[in-house]
Amino acid sequence: MTAGRTTVYVPGDAAAVSVGADDVAAALGRHPELDLVRTGSRGMLWLEPLVEVDSERGRIGLSAFAPDGTMLSAETLLSIGSAAATAPAVGEHAAYSLGVGRVEDHPFLARQTRVTCARLGIVDPTSEQDYAAHGGWVGLRRALTMAPAAVVEEVVSSGLRGRGGAGFPTGLKWRTVAGAEPGLRFVCANADEGDSGTFADRMLMEGDPFALLEGMAICAWAVGATEGFIYVRSEYPHAIAAMRKAIAAARAAGWLGTHVHGSALSFDVEVRVGAGAYICGEETSMLESLEGRRGEVRAKPPIPALSGLFGRPTVVNNVLTLATVPAILADGGERYAAHGTDRSRGTQAFQLGGNVRHGGLVELDFGITVRELVEDIGGGTRSGRPIRAVQVGGPLGAYLPAKLLDVPLTYEAMAEAGFMLGHGGVVVFDDTVDLGRMARFAMEFCAKESCGKCTPCRIGSQRGVETLDRILADRAHPGPAHAAGLSLLTDLCTTMERGSLCAMGGLTPMPVRSALTHFPEDFGLDSAATPGGRP
Amino acid sequence: MTGTRDERVREIVTRYAAHRGPLLPALHAVQEDLGWIDRDDAAVIADVLNLSKADVHGVVTFYADFRDAAATRHTVSVCRGEACQAVGGQELYERSVSRFATIDDVTVTEVFCLGNCALGPSAQLDGRLHGRLSDDRVSALTQGWS
Repeated sequence: MTAGRTTVYVPGDAAAVSVGADDVAAALGRHPELDLVRTGSRGMLWLEPLVEVDSERGRIGLSAFAPDGTMLSAETLLSIGSAAATAPAVGEHAAYSLGVGRVEDHPFLARQTRVTCARLGIVDPTSEQDYAAHGGWVGLRRALTMAPAAVVEEVVSSGLRGRGGAGFPTGLKWRTVAGAEPGLRFVCANADEGDSGTFADRMLMEGDPFALLEGMAICAWAVGATEGFIYVRSEYPHAIAAMRKAIAAARAAGWLGTHVHGSALSFDVEVRVGAGAYICGEETSMLESLEGRRGEVRAKPPIPALSGLFGRPTVVNNVLTLATVPAILADGGERYAAHGTDRSRGTQAFQLGGNVRHGGLVELDFGITVRELVEDIGGGTRSGRPIRAVQVGGPLGAYLPAKLLDVPLTYEAMAEAGFMLGHGGVVVFDDTVDLGRMARFAMEFCAKESCGKCTPCRIGSQRGVETLDRILADRAHPGPAHAAGLSLLTDLCTTMERGSLCAMGGLTPMPVRSALTHFPEDFGLDSAATPGGRP
Repeated sequence: MTGTRDERVREIVTRYAAHRGPLLPALHAVQEDLGWIDRDDAAVIADVLNLSKADVHGVVTFYADFRDAAATRHTVSVCRGEACQAVGGQELYERSVSRFATIDDVTVTEVFCLGNCALGPSAQLDGRLHGRLSDDRVSALTQGWS
């Protein structure tokens, strides 16, 4: 901060931009006494656009628009920026405050444990220097002083598991690649975040892109890879631009390219843009797409770790997984493993969305219950009506009824209850939701997005839509045809679960069955019946 | 820019020929520069990248992003993901389809998640992301489209 000038921070995150952040930045950027920095978002998305101003008390946050739509003025920001440390945090600016004082003291953030998302909303995502000033490159520097095998073991000791949804132990995957056939190897970051209800990959790429690059470089050193790809979905133009800028800046600073900072590591990264296919988030389909083919899934084995991109040993990890690695190398695997429970070590960046009052990004140690997350942190529904269902884990995740929200969000507890954690998306529905229609939507989505390679998924989902249409048409006056339809539907679910090549066909029955089991009245059944057989 | 469409396609795709797995980046570039991917482009693309015409056609038709005709002047992509449906996204989609049904210059499409799940319902209007959309807001943002 230069004397006589005040620094203000306006998020450039796509969610903030979707509610006017660019207009706010344009207006504030014209003021001669303000220095404007575009950051990522802190993750308090219901407050966006959330403007922050530097002051003696720290960074003070204000919502950019008052409830009547008036935009925060530069004068207001200047008066807060120049106020003495003893002045009240909000006072006359209450119209914009929404309870925000020092941003990190806000209850939504104060109870979080930010490890993966530690810099989100704080740093300038275009500045490699800012990244370095906030603890960036420490993990990579340390990794480059270690033997690659020791780096792999550090990640193993952290207990980190894949955050994309499958939860495979990251260190074991890296060990497999490190021990695979010598020669060309790849690191691929899966940024094809297509699950509805998830946006943490996007926020991280837009708000702290260097963390992903550092994680990929550490991975490359650990497994002996020289080339990396980031496969970003085309629906994320802001993330694509942020990653491309960061790659250029990292190259210029010597963190990518040949002999990274004089070390034996040579590694470079390229962004590849998807083309509107949900299935390309499935790792083998993503590899096909990177190779320039239709995004059809491959049968496993061989696993990508041994025969992945262009048939070479390949690490495929989710964005959050890779972006967590720098902190593990900087502070040690043990320290990361001290977070969480049992076999769910570390933290999870939960994403709270749908009909929720306080939606956004919530990074916490594993173990919080769904109820605590949606009620205590999320503040219940945005509509003010009672919660009826919560879908956890994206479009292939289960619908939990209000009475089952006390399940802890860990890989084990969710699996034991018949649910899945997935990529950590948590979507809230109020009591107006029709679970019959949501079950039909699950089948419709699968029918539209199936890659078409295996029959249970391609045809099963189409038959699922048709069968559900008949069931829903009859639900007011159920007769023998209605019962036959339900029996056919559960049969179809079993066929898809057992016969599909990948998780898309195999897990589409999860939302369908959970809706049927926990909300039978939405299918024209007695609410005591449990026709789904299991969640 | 000069030259026939074939020459321009050849020139664009040649820039990607040395890349690993060049087809998707090349297709994106053709669509970006020329507006769409023509059925007849497949032969040129296949020739430059040493692929079969069937391979190229198969890839072009697999991905929702690639279109075979020029885009309309305006586009509306409404999110039908679950998180947006929880706050009225389905209704917004249906009303957008009927609102613009009679206007030739506007295409309404469904998309499954724009990553704006806490600020739904969401849509891209002419490629720009908007959150917390209402009918009134859509009217205001699309004024002058008819």
